[in-house]
Amino acid sequence: MDFINNIFTNSYEWIVYWIHSLLAGLNLAKDFENALVAAIMVFLVIIVILLWMVLMVLILIWLERKNAARIQDRVGPNRVGPWGLLQPVADTLKMFIKEDIVPENADRFVHTIAPMIVMMPAVLMFAVIPWGKGMFPVDLNIGILWIVAVASIGTIGVFLGGYGSNNKYSLLGGMRAVAQMVSYEIPQVLTIVPIVLMVGSMSLVKINEAQSGWAGMQWFVFAIPVGPIAFVIYYLSALAEVGRTPFDLPEGESEIVAGYMTEYSGMKWALFYLAEYFNFFIVCTIAATLFLGGWNGPILPGYVWFIGKVYALVLLGMWIRMTWPRFRVDQLMNFAWKVLVPIALVNIVLAGLALPLLKYFGFSV
Amino acid sequence: MSTPIALTYVGFFVMAAVALAGGFIAVGARNILRAAIGLILALVGVAGIYFVLEAEFVAVVQILIYVGAISILILFAVMLTRGLMKRDLPAQNAQWIAAVFISLLLFAALLYVAISTNWRAVETKVAGDLIPKIGTELMTTYLLPFEAVSLLLLAALVGAIVIARE
Repeated sequence: MDFINNIFTNSYEWIVYWIHSLLAGLNLAKDFENALVAAIMVFLVIIVILLWMVLMVLILIWLERKNAARIQDRVGPNRVGPWGLLQPVADTLKMFIKEDIVPENADRFVHTIAPMIVMMPAVLMFAVIPWGKGMFPVDLNIGILWIVAVASIGTIGVFLGGYGSNNKYSLLGGMRAVAQMVSYEIPQVLTIVPIVLMVGSMSLVKINEAQSGWAGMQWFVFAIPVGPIAFVIYYLSALAEVGRTPFDLPEGESEIVAGYMTEYSGMKWALFYLAEYFNFFIVCTIAATLFLGGWNGPILPGYVWFIGKVYALVLLGMWIRMTWPRFRVDQLMNFAWKVLVPIALVNIVLAGLALPLLKYFGFSV
Repeated sequence: MSTPIALTYVGFFVMAAVALAGGFIAVGARNILRAAIGLILALVGVAGIYFVLEAEFVAVVQILIYVGAISILILFAVMLTRGLMKRDLPAQNAQWIAAVFISLLLFAALLYVAISTNWRAVETKVAGDLIPKIGTELMTTYLLPFEAVSLLLLAALVGAIVIARE
Protein backbone atom coordinates (compact mmCIF):
# COMPACT_ATOMS: atom_id res chain seq x y z
CA MET A 1 0.00 0.00 0.00
CA ASP A 2 2.80 2.36 0.91
CA PHE A 3 4.39 1.61 -2.42
CA ILE A 4 1.30 2.75 -4.34
CA ASN A 5 0.86 5.80 -2.10
CA ASN A 6 4.41 7.00 -2.68
CA ILE A 7 4.95 5.85 -6.25
CA PHE A 8 5.37 9.37 -7.66
CA THR A 9 7.52 10.79 -4.86
CA ASN A 10 9.71 7.68 -4.94
CA SER A 11 10.22 7.88 -8.69
CA TYR A 12 11.24 11.55 -8.27
CA GLU A 13 13.89 10.50 -5.71
CA TRP A 14 15.00 7.71 -7.99
CA ILE A 15 15.48 10.06 -10.97
CA VAL A 16 17.50 12.47 -8.82
CA TYR A 17 19.69 9.57 -7.69
CA TRP A 18 20.07 8.38 -11.27
CA ILE A 19 21.17 11.81 -12.59
CA HIS A 20 23.65 12.11 -9.72
CA SER A 21 25.15 8.76 -10.64
CA LEU A 22 25.34 9.80 -14.32
CA LEU A 23 27.20 12.99 -13.35
CA ALA A 24 29.48 11.25 -10.88
CA GLY A 25 32.05 10.45 -13.55
CA LEU A 26 32.51 14.13 -14.48
CA ASN A 27 34.01 15.09 -11.07
CA LEU A 28 32.12 18.39 -10.81
CA ALA A 29 32.27 20.66 -7.78
CA LYS A 30 29.71 19.52 -5.21
CA ASP A 31 27.46 22.59 -5.16
CA PHE A 32 27.66 22.98 -8.94
CA GLU A 33 26.50 19.38 -9.34
CA ASN A 34 23.65 19.94 -6.89
CA ALA A 35 22.54 23.09 -8.70
CA LEU A 36 22.73 21.31 -12.05
CA VAL A 37 20.62 18.39 -10.83
CA ALA A 38 18.13 20.83 -9.29
CA ALA A 39 17.90 22.70 -12.60
CA ILE A 40 17.37 19.46 -14.56
CA MET A 41 14.68 18.36 -12.12
CA VAL A 42 12.88 21.70 -12.37
CA PHE A 43 12.96 21.34 -16.14
CA LEU A 44 11.60 17.78 -15.96
CA VAL A 45 8.83 18.81 -13.56
CA ILE A 46 7.82 21.64 -15.89
CA ILE A 47 7.60 19.20 -18.82
CA VAL A 48 5.56 16.74 -16.76
CA ILE A 49 3.21 19.53 -15.65
CA LEU A 50 2.72 20.80 -19.19
CA LEU A 51 1.97 17.31 -20.51
CA TRP A 52 -0.34 16.69 -17.56
CA MET A 53 -2.19 19.95 -18.24
CA VAL A 54 -2.67 19.15 -21.90
CA LEU A 55 -3.88 15.64 -21.07
CA MET A 56 -6.35 17.03 -18.51
CA VAL A 57 -7.69 19.55 -20.98
CA LEU A 58 -8.17 16.94 -23.69
CA ILE A 59 -10.14 14.81 -21.23
CA LEU A 60 -12.08 17.87 -20.08
CA ILE A 61 -13.11 18.84 -23.62
CA TRP A 62 -14.23 15.31 -24.40
CA LEU A 63 -16.09 15.12 -21.09
CA GLU A 64 -17.80 18.44 -21.69
CA ARG A 65 -19.00 17.45 -25.14
CA LYS A 66 -20.20 14.05 -23.98
CA ASN A 67 -21.94 15.59 -20.98
CA ALA A 68 -23.59 18.31 -23.01
CA ALA A 69 -24.80 15.66 -25.43
CA ARG A 70 -26.17 13.49 -22.63
CA ILE A 71 -28.01 16.40 -21.01
CA GLN A 72 -29.43 17.55 -24.36
CA ASP A 73 -30.46 13.98 -25.26
CA ARG A 74 -27.88 13.55 -28.02
CA VAL A 75 -25.06 11.05 -28.50
CA GLY A 76 -22.11 13.43 -28.80
CA PRO A 77 -18.79 12.68 -30.50
CA ASN A 78 -18.65 8.94 -31.25
CA ARG A 79 -16.73 8.53 -34.50
CA VAL A 80 -13.04 9.06 -33.70
CA GLY A 81 -11.78 6.29 -31.44
CA PRO A 82 -13.79 4.31 -28.88
CA TRP A 83 -16.66 6.45 -27.48
CA GLY A 84 -15.20 9.38 -29.42
CA LEU A 85 -12.24 9.52 -27.03
CA LEU A 86 -9.84 10.66 -29.75
CA GLN A 87 -12.09 13.54 -30.86
CA PRO A 88 -10.06 16.20 -28.95
CA VAL A 89 -6.87 14.89 -30.59
CA ALA A 90 -8.44 15.23 -34.01
CA ASP A 91 -9.63 18.74 -33.09
CA THR A 92 -6.11 19.69 -32.01
CA LEU A 93 -4.66 18.49 -35.32
CA LYS A 94 -7.29 20.52 -37.13
CA MET A 95 -6.41 23.65 -35.14
CA PHE A 96 -2.75 23.29 -36.13
CA ILE A 97 -3.46 23.40 -39.85
CA LYS A 98 -5.94 26.31 -39.71
CA GLU A 99 -4.95 29.64 -41.21
CA ASP A 100 -3.97 32.37 -38.77
CA ILE A 101 -5.99 35.43 -39.80
CA VAL A 102 -5.10 38.87 -38.46
CA PRO A 103 -7.59 41.64 -39.31
CA GLU A 104 -6.10 44.36 -41.53
CA ASN A 105 -6.60 47.20 -39.04
CA ALA A 106 -5.68 45.19 -35.96
CA ASP A 107 -2.77 46.11 -33.75
CA ARG A 108 -0.67 43.17 -34.89
CA PHE A 109 1.68 43.07 -31.90
CA VAL A 110 -1.05 43.31 -29.27
CA HIS A 111 -3.21 40.86 -31.22
CA THR A 112 -0.38 38.30 -31.09
CA ILE A 113 0.72 38.60 -27.45
CA ALA A 114 -2.82 38.61 -26.00
CA PRO A 115 -3.39 34.82 -26.22
CA MET A 116 0.07 34.21 -24.77
CA ILE A 117 -0.64 36.43 -21.77
CA VAL A 118 -3.97 34.67 -21.23
CA MET A 119 -2.18 31.31 -21.21
CA MET A 120 0.54 32.34 -18.76
CA PRO A 121 -1.32 32.42 -15.41
CA ALA A 122 -2.83 28.97 -15.95
CA VAL A 123 0.63 27.46 -16.31
CA LEU A 124 2.02 29.42 -13.36
CA MET A 125 -0.83 28.37 -11.08
CA PHE A 126 -0.18 24.67 -11.68
CA ALA A 127 3.18 25.15 -9.94
CA VAL A 128 1.86 25.38 -6.39
CA ILE A 129 -0.93 22.78 -6.42
CA PRO A 130 -0.26 19.75 -4.21
CA TRP A 131 -1.42 16.82 -6.34
CA GLY A 132 -0.87 14.23 -3.62
CA LYS A 133 1.04 13.71 -0.41
CA GLY A 134 4.47 15.22 -1.06
CA MET A 135 3.59 15.82 -4.74
CA PHE A 136 3.95 19.52 -5.28
CA PRO A 137 6.28 21.31 -7.71
CA VAL A 138 6.94 24.19 -5.27
CA ASP A 139 5.75 24.83 -1.74
CA LEU A 140 5.57 28.62 -1.56
CA ASN A 141 4.72 29.88 1.90
CA ILE A 142 2.47 32.37 0.15
CA GLY A 143 0.78 29.73 -2.03
CA ILE A 144 -2.75 31.12 -2.06
CA LEU A 145 -1.62 34.68 -2.51
CA TRP A 146 0.47 33.52 -5.46
CA ILE A 147 -2.60 31.99 -7.08
CA VAL A 148 -4.70 35.10 -6.50
CA ALA A 149 -1.95 37.37 -7.82
CA VAL A 150 -1.13 35.32 -10.89
CA ALA A 151 -4.79 34.84 -11.81
CA SER A 152 -5.15 38.61 -12.16
CA ILE A 153 -2.60 38.64 -15.01
CA GLY A 154 -5.05 36.84 -17.29
CA THR A 155 -7.36 39.84 -17.19
CA ILE A 156 -4.74 41.91 -19.00
CA GLY A 157 -4.52 39.35 -21.78
CA VAL A 158 -8.28 39.34 -22.26
CA PHE A 159 -8.38 43.12 -22.41
CA LEU A 160 -5.51 43.28 -24.90
CA GLY A 161 -7.20 40.64 -27.04
CA GLY A 162 -10.36 42.74 -27.10
CA TYR A 163 -8.50 45.91 -27.92
CA GLY A 164 -5.96 44.50 -30.35
CA SER A 165 -8.56 43.02 -32.71
CA ASN A 166 -9.94 46.45 -33.59
CA ASN A 167 -13.51 45.17 -33.69
CA LYS A 168 -16.43 46.58 -31.73
CA TYR A 169 -17.66 43.18 -30.56
CA SER A 170 -14.17 42.28 -29.42
CA LEU A 171 -13.83 45.51 -27.50
CA LEU A 172 -17.25 45.15 -25.88
CA GLY A 173 -16.45 41.57 -24.95
CA GLY A 174 -13.09 42.60 -23.56
CA MET A 175 -14.61 45.36 -21.44
CA ARG A 176 -17.29 43.03 -20.11
CA ALA A 177 -14.69 40.37 -19.35
CA VAL A 178 -12.43 42.74 -17.44
CA ALA A 179 -15.30 44.20 -15.41
CA GLN A 180 -16.55 40.72 -14.59
CA MET A 181 -13.16 39.23 -13.71
CA VAL A 182 -12.23 42.16 -11.48
CA SER A 183 -15.60 42.05 -9.70
CA TYR A 184 -15.65 38.32 -9.03
CA GLU A 185 -12.05 38.26 -7.87
CA ILE A 186 -13.10 40.08 -4.71
CA PRO A 187 -15.56 37.54 -3.23
CA GLN A 188 -13.17 34.80 -4.29
CA VAL A 189 -10.32 36.30 -2.28
CA LEU A 190 -12.59 37.08 0.66
CA THR A 191 -13.64 33.42 0.95
CA ILE A 192 -10.00 32.40 1.25
CA VAL A 193 -9.53 34.56 4.36
CA PRO A 194 -11.44 32.22 6.77
CA ILE A 195 -9.30 29.30 5.59
CA VAL A 196 -6.09 31.23 6.22
CA LEU A 197 -7.52 32.24 9.60
CA MET A 198 -8.07 28.60 10.54
CA VAL A 199 -4.77 27.23 9.25
CA GLY A 200 -2.54 30.16 10.16
CA SER A 201 -0.56 29.75 6.94
CA MET A 202 -0.94 30.53 3.25
CA SER A 203 0.96 27.49 2.04
CA LEU A 204 -1.30 25.12 0.12
CA VAL A 205 0.66 22.17 1.48
CA LYS A 206 0.04 23.31 5.06
CA ILE A 207 -3.63 23.88 4.29
CA ASN A 208 -3.86 20.31 3.06
CA GLU A 209 -2.12 18.96 6.13
CA ALA A 210 -4.50 20.89 8.37
CA GLN A 211 -7.40 18.91 6.89
CA SER A 212 -5.99 15.45 7.59
CA GLY A 213 -7.87 14.80 10.88
CA TRP A 214 -10.86 12.45 11.29
CA ALA A 215 -9.08 9.75 9.25
CA GLY A 216 -8.70 12.17 6.35
CA MET A 217 -12.28 13.43 6.35
CA GLN A 218 -11.83 16.67 8.28
CA TRP A 219 -12.32 18.89 5.26
CA PHE A 220 -12.93 22.60 5.67
CA VAL A 221 -16.24 22.30 3.88
CA PHE A 222 -17.49 20.52 7.02
CA ALA A 223 -16.36 23.38 9.28
CA ILE A 224 -19.93 24.54 9.93
CA PRO A 225 -20.97 27.36 9.61
CA VAL A 226 -17.99 29.03 7.95
CA GLY A 227 -16.75 26.34 5.58
CA PRO A 228 -19.86 25.55 3.51
CA ILE A 229 -20.66 29.24 2.94
CA ALA A 230 -17.11 29.98 1.86
CA PHE A 231 -17.07 26.94 -0.43
CA VAL A 232 -20.31 27.86 -2.23
CA ILE A 233 -19.25 31.49 -2.69
CA TYR A 234 -15.80 30.45 -3.86
CA TYR A 235 -17.17 28.00 -6.37
CA LEU A 236 -19.75 30.41 -7.81
CA SER A 237 -17.34 33.30 -8.13
CA ALA A 238 -14.70 31.00 -9.58
CA LEU A 239 -17.16 29.85 -12.25
CA ALA A 240 -17.88 33.50 -12.97
CA GLU A 241 -14.23 34.42 -13.13
CA VAL A 242 -13.42 31.80 -15.71
CA GLY A 243 -16.55 32.76 -17.67
CA ARG A 244 -18.52 29.51 -17.62
CA THR A 245 -22.06 29.60 -18.91
CA PRO A 246 -24.35 31.23 -16.42
CA PHE A 247 -21.68 33.92 -16.36
CA ASP A 248 -20.37 33.80 -19.93
CA LEU A 249 -21.30 37.35 -20.90
CA PRO A 250 -17.82 38.22 -22.20
CA GLU A 251 -18.42 35.80 -25.07
CA GLY A 252 -22.19 35.62 -25.19
CA GLU A 253 -22.62 34.49 -28.78
CA SER A 254 -26.20 35.71 -29.10
CA GLU A 255 -25.21 39.29 -28.23
CA ILE A 256 -21.62 40.02 -29.18
CA VAL A 257 -20.60 37.17 -31.53
CA ALA A 258 -17.75 35.67 -29.50
CA GLY A 259 -16.60 38.63 -27.44
CA TYR A 260 -12.88 39.20 -27.24
CA MET A 261 -12.22 36.04 -29.28
CA THR A 262 -14.23 37.20 -32.31
CA GLU A 263 -11.26 38.01 -34.55
CA TYR A 264 -9.09 35.08 -33.54
CA SER A 265 -8.52 31.96 -35.56
CA GLY A 266 -6.17 28.99 -35.74
CA MET A 267 -3.76 28.37 -32.90
CA LYS A 268 -4.31 31.81 -31.34
CA TRP A 269 -7.97 30.99 -30.90
CA ALA A 270 -6.99 27.55 -29.64
CA LEU A 271 -4.85 29.19 -26.97
CA PHE A 272 -7.83 31.19 -25.71
CA TYR A 273 -9.92 28.04 -25.75
CA LEU A 274 -7.26 26.03 -23.94
CA ALA A 275 -6.73 28.77 -21.37
CA GLU A 276 -10.46 28.73 -20.64
CA TYR A 277 -10.36 25.01 -19.86
CA PHE A 278 -7.09 25.30 -17.95
CA ASN A 279 -8.61 28.01 -15.79
CA PHE A 280 -11.76 25.99 -15.21
CA PHE A 281 -9.69 22.97 -14.22
CA ILE A 282 -7.42 25.03 -12.00
CA VAL A 283 -10.22 26.69 -10.04
CA CYS A 284 -11.65 23.22 -9.42
CA THR A 285 -8.28 22.01 -8.13
CA ILE A 286 -7.99 25.06 -5.88
CA ALA A 287 -11.52 24.56 -4.53
CA ALA A 288 -10.67 20.90 -3.87
CA THR A 289 -7.46 21.90 -2.11
CA LEU A 290 -8.95 24.63 0.05
CA PHE A 291 -12.32 23.19 0.97
CA LEU A 292 -12.48 19.48 0.10
CA GLY A 293 -9.30 18.39 1.85
CA GLY A 294 -7.04 18.11 -1.20
CA TRP A 295 -5.43 14.67 -1.18
CA ASN A 296 -6.86 13.74 2.21
CA GLY A 297 -9.21 10.79 2.33
CA PRO A 298 -9.43 7.30 3.78
CA ILE A 299 -8.08 4.08 2.19
CA LEU A 300 -7.32 5.21 -1.40
CA PRO A 301 -4.00 6.89 -2.29
CA GLY A 302 -3.92 10.69 -2.02
CA TYR A 303 -3.63 11.50 -5.71
CA VAL A 304 -6.68 9.33 -6.52
CA TRP A 305 -8.73 11.23 -3.94
CA PHE A 306 -7.52 14.55 -5.27
CA ILE A 307 -8.28 13.82 -8.92
CA GLY A 308 -11.64 12.35 -7.90
CA LYS A 309 -12.62 15.51 -6.02
CA VAL A 310 -11.44 17.74 -8.85
CA TYR A 311 -13.48 15.82 -11.40
CA ALA A 312 -16.54 15.88 -9.14
CA LEU A 313 -16.30 19.68 -9.14
CA VAL A 314 -15.66 19.73 -12.90
CA LEU A 315 -18.77 17.66 -13.53
CA LEU A 316 -20.80 19.93 -11.24
CA GLY A 317 -19.60 22.92 -13.27
CA MET A 318 -20.61 21.22 -16.53
CA TRP A 319 -24.00 20.36 -15.10
CA ILE A 320 -24.55 24.02 -14.10
CA ARG A 321 -23.40 25.16 -17.52
CA MET A 322 -25.82 22.94 -19.38
CA THR A 323 -28.90 23.68 -17.28
CA TRP A 324 -28.82 27.42 -16.51
CA PRO A 325 -29.54 30.36 -18.83
CA ARG A 326 -27.13 33.29 -19.09
CA PHE A 327 -27.23 36.23 -16.66
CA ARG A 328 -28.03 39.76 -17.82
CA VAL A 329 -25.11 42.15 -17.43
CA ASP A 330 -26.66 44.22 -14.61
CA GLN A 331 -27.79 41.07 -12.78
CA LEU A 332 -24.25 39.80 -13.02
CA MET A 333 -22.74 42.87 -11.38
CA ASN A 334 -25.47 43.03 -8.74
CA PHE A 335 -24.92 39.39 -7.90
CA ALA A 336 -21.21 39.99 -7.28
CA TRP A 337 -21.40 43.26 -5.38
CA LYS A 338 -24.71 43.01 -3.56
CA VAL A 339 -24.90 39.29 -2.79
CA LEU A 340 -21.54 37.55 -2.84
CA VAL A 341 -19.30 40.29 -1.39
CA PRO A 342 -21.54 41.05 1.65
CA ILE A 343 -22.00 37.36 2.46
CA ALA A 344 -18.26 36.79 2.15
CA LEU A 345 -17.55 39.73 4.47
CA VAL A 346 -20.05 38.50 7.06
CA ASN A 347 -18.49 35.07 6.75
CA ILE A 348 -15.08 36.46 7.70
CA VAL A 349 -16.53 38.02 10.87
CA LEU A 350 -18.33 34.74 11.57
CA ALA A 351 -15.06 32.85 11.15
CA GLY A 352 -13.39 35.14 13.68
CA LEU A 353 -16.21 34.59 16.18
CA ALA A 354 -16.47 30.84 15.61
CA LEU A 355 -12.73 30.24 15.79
CA PRO A 356 -12.78 28.89 19.40
CA LEU A 357 -15.57 26.49 18.47
CA LEU A 358 -13.75 25.38 15.32
CA LYS A 359 -10.58 24.95 17.38
CA TYR A 360 -12.53 22.71 19.76
CA PHE A 361 -13.49 20.45 16.86
CA GLY A 362 -9.89 20.40 15.66
CA PHE A 363 -10.31 22.53 12.53
CA SER A 364 -7.78 25.09 13.64
CA VAL A 365 -4.21 24.56 14.74
CA MET B 1 31.76 32.48 -5.76
CA SER B 2 29.57 29.45 -5.07
CA THR B 3 27.08 28.28 -7.66
CA PRO B 4 23.83 29.30 -5.90
CA ILE B 5 25.11 32.85 -5.43
CA ALA B 6 26.23 32.98 -9.07
CA LEU B 7 22.74 31.85 -10.11
CA THR B 8 21.26 34.58 -7.95
CA TYR B 9 23.35 37.14 -9.84
CA VAL B 10 22.20 35.73 -13.18
CA GLY B 11 18.57 35.89 -12.05
CA PHE B 12 19.01 39.44 -10.83
CA PHE B 13 20.50 40.67 -14.10
CA VAL B 14 17.89 38.90 -16.22
CA MET B 15 15.07 40.43 -14.17
CA ALA B 16 16.72 43.85 -14.13
CA ALA B 17 17.02 43.65 -17.93
CA VAL B 18 13.31 42.80 -18.18
CA ALA B 19 12.40 45.73 -15.93
CA LEU B 20 14.62 48.14 -17.87
CA ALA B 21 13.30 46.96 -21.25
CA GLY B 22 9.77 47.46 -19.98
CA GLY B 23 10.68 50.92 -18.76
CA PHE B 24 12.12 51.88 -22.14
CA ILE B 25 8.98 50.68 -23.92
CA ALA B 26 6.81 52.58 -21.44
CA VAL B 27 8.67 55.82 -22.12
CA GLY B 28 9.46 55.39 -25.79
CA ALA B 29 6.33 53.82 -27.28
CA ARG B 30 4.31 56.16 -29.49
CA ASN B 31 1.05 54.34 -28.87
CA ILE B 32 -0.17 54.88 -25.30
CA LEU B 33 -1.56 51.38 -24.98
CA ARG B 34 1.79 49.87 -25.88
CA ALA B 35 3.39 52.17 -23.33
CA ALA B 36 1.01 50.67 -20.77
CA ILE B 37 2.11 47.16 -21.80
CA GLY B 38 5.73 48.24 -21.34
CA LEU B 39 4.88 49.49 -17.86
CA ILE B 40 3.34 46.12 -17.00
CA LEU B 41 6.51 44.38 -18.21
CA ALA B 42 8.63 46.68 -16.03
CA LEU B 43 6.47 45.92 -12.98
CA VAL B 44 6.76 42.17 -13.62
CA GLY B 45 10.54 42.58 -13.85
CA VAL B 46 10.62 44.32 -10.47
CA ALA B 47 8.52 41.51 -8.99
CA GLY B 48 11.06 39.07 -10.43
CA ILE B 49 13.88 40.94 -8.65
CA TYR B 50 11.99 40.58 -5.37
CA PHE B 51 11.69 36.86 -6.04
CA VAL B 52 15.43 36.58 -6.67
CA LEU B 53 16.00 38.37 -3.35
CA GLU B 54 13.74 35.76 -1.68
CA ALA B 55 11.19 38.40 -0.67
CA GLU B 56 8.32 36.26 -1.97
CA PHE B 57 5.61 38.12 -0.11
CA VAL B 58 6.66 41.49 -1.51
CA ALA B 59 6.98 39.97 -4.98
CA VAL B 60 3.50 38.50 -4.95
CA VAL B 61 2.00 41.66 -3.53
CA GLN B 62 3.78 43.57 -6.28
CA ILE B 63 2.14 41.35 -8.90
CA LEU B 64 -1.25 41.43 -7.16
CA ILE B 65 -1.42 45.20 -6.73
CA TYR B 66 0.64 46.66 -9.56
CA VAL B 67 0.21 44.11 -12.34
CA GLY B 68 -3.27 42.91 -11.37
CA ALA B 69 -4.91 46.11 -10.20
CA ILE B 70 -3.04 49.31 -11.08
CA SER B 71 -2.28 48.32 -14.66
CA ILE B 72 -5.90 47.27 -15.20
CA LEU B 73 -6.87 50.68 -13.86
CA ILE B 74 -4.50 52.34 -16.34
CA LEU B 75 -5.89 50.26 -19.21
CA PHE B 76 -9.43 51.21 -18.14
CA ALA B 77 -8.49 54.87 -17.96
CA VAL B 78 -7.01 54.72 -21.47
CA MET B 79 -10.10 52.90 -22.67
CA LEU B 80 -12.55 55.41 -21.20
CA THR B 81 -10.76 58.62 -22.06
CA ARG B 82 -9.36 58.10 -25.56
CA GLY B 83 -10.84 57.19 -28.88
CA LEU B 84 -9.66 53.64 -28.55
CA MET B 85 -10.69 52.49 -32.01
CA LYS B 86 -8.50 55.06 -33.77
CA ARG B 87 -5.29 53.73 -35.20
CA ASP B 88 -2.89 55.99 -33.31
CA LEU B 89 -3.23 56.67 -29.63
CA PRO B 90 -0.64 59.39 -29.05
CA ALA B 91 1.30 59.05 -25.82
CA GLN B 92 1.93 62.80 -25.52
CA ASN B 93 -0.10 65.93 -25.00
CA ALA B 94 0.65 69.64 -24.90
CA GLN B 95 2.19 69.50 -21.44
CA TRP B 96 5.11 67.25 -22.30
CA ILE B 97 7.75 69.91 -21.48
CA ALA B 98 6.46 70.25 -17.92
CA ALA B 99 6.32 66.46 -17.68
CA VAL B 100 9.98 66.14 -18.72
CA PHE B 101 10.97 68.77 -16.14
CA ILE B 102 9.09 67.07 -13.29
CA SER B 103 10.40 63.64 -14.29
CA LEU B 104 13.99 64.92 -14.21
CA LEU B 105 13.36 66.48 -10.81
CA LEU B 106 11.96 63.21 -9.48
CA PHE B 107 14.86 61.26 -10.99
CA ALA B 108 17.36 63.60 -9.31
CA ALA B 109 15.60 63.24 -5.96
CA LEU B 110 15.53 59.42 -6.19
CA LEU B 111 19.16 59.33 -7.27
CA TYR B 112 20.15 61.53 -4.34
CA VAL B 113 18.29 59.27 -1.91
CA ALA B 114 19.76 56.12 -3.44
CA ILE B 115 23.32 57.43 -3.21
CA SER B 116 23.17 59.17 0.14
CA THR B 117 21.39 56.39 2.03
CA ASN B 118 23.54 54.05 4.03
CA TRP B 119 22.10 50.72 2.80
CA ARG B 120 22.32 48.04 5.43
CA ALA B 121 22.76 44.48 4.24
CA VAL B 122 21.17 41.76 6.36
CA GLU B 123 23.79 39.08 6.80
CA THR B 124 21.52 36.17 7.75
CA LYS B 125 18.16 35.22 6.38
CA VAL B 126 15.28 35.68 8.81
CA ALA B 127 14.24 32.19 9.80
CA GLY B 128 10.77 30.70 9.53
CA ASP B 129 7.51 31.77 7.94
CA LEU B 130 7.60 35.52 7.45
CA ILE B 131 3.89 36.15 6.90
CA PRO B 132 2.77 35.77 10.55
CA LYS B 133 5.63 38.10 11.51
CA ILE B 134 4.52 40.70 8.97
CA GLY B 135 0.96 40.39 10.26
CA THR B 136 2.01 40.76 13.89
CA GLU B 137 4.17 43.78 13.09
CA LEU B 138 1.30 45.43 11.22
CA MET B 139 -1.00 44.89 14.19
CA THR B 140 1.47 46.07 16.86
CA THR B 141 4.44 48.25 15.87
CA TYR B 142 2.92 49.75 12.73
CA LEU B 143 -0.70 49.87 13.86
CA LEU B 144 -1.13 53.62 13.42
CA PRO B 145 0.25 53.87 9.87
CA PHE B 146 -1.72 50.76 8.97
CA GLU B 147 -4.98 52.25 10.23
CA ALA B 148 -4.22 55.58 8.58
CA VAL B 149 -3.72 53.83 5.21
CA SER B 150 -6.94 51.85 5.69
CA LEU B 151 -8.85 55.06 6.41
CA LEU B 152 -7.38 56.70 3.32
CA LEU B 153 -8.41 53.75 1.17
CA LEU B 154 -11.88 53.74 2.70
CA ALA B 155 -12.23 57.44 1.88
CA ALA B 156 -11.14 56.75 -1.70
CA LEU B 157 -13.66 53.92 -1.93
CA VAL B 158 -16.54 56.04 -0.66
CA GLY B 159 -15.48 58.88 -2.95
CA ALA B 160 -15.46 56.54 -5.96
CA ILE B 161 -18.96 55.32 -5.13
CA VAL B 162 -20.24 58.90 -4.74
CA ILE B 163 -18.76 59.92 -8.10
CA ALA B 164 -20.14 56.81 -9.78
CA ARG B 165 -23.63 57.58 -8.44
CA GLU B 166 -23.80 61.01 -10.05
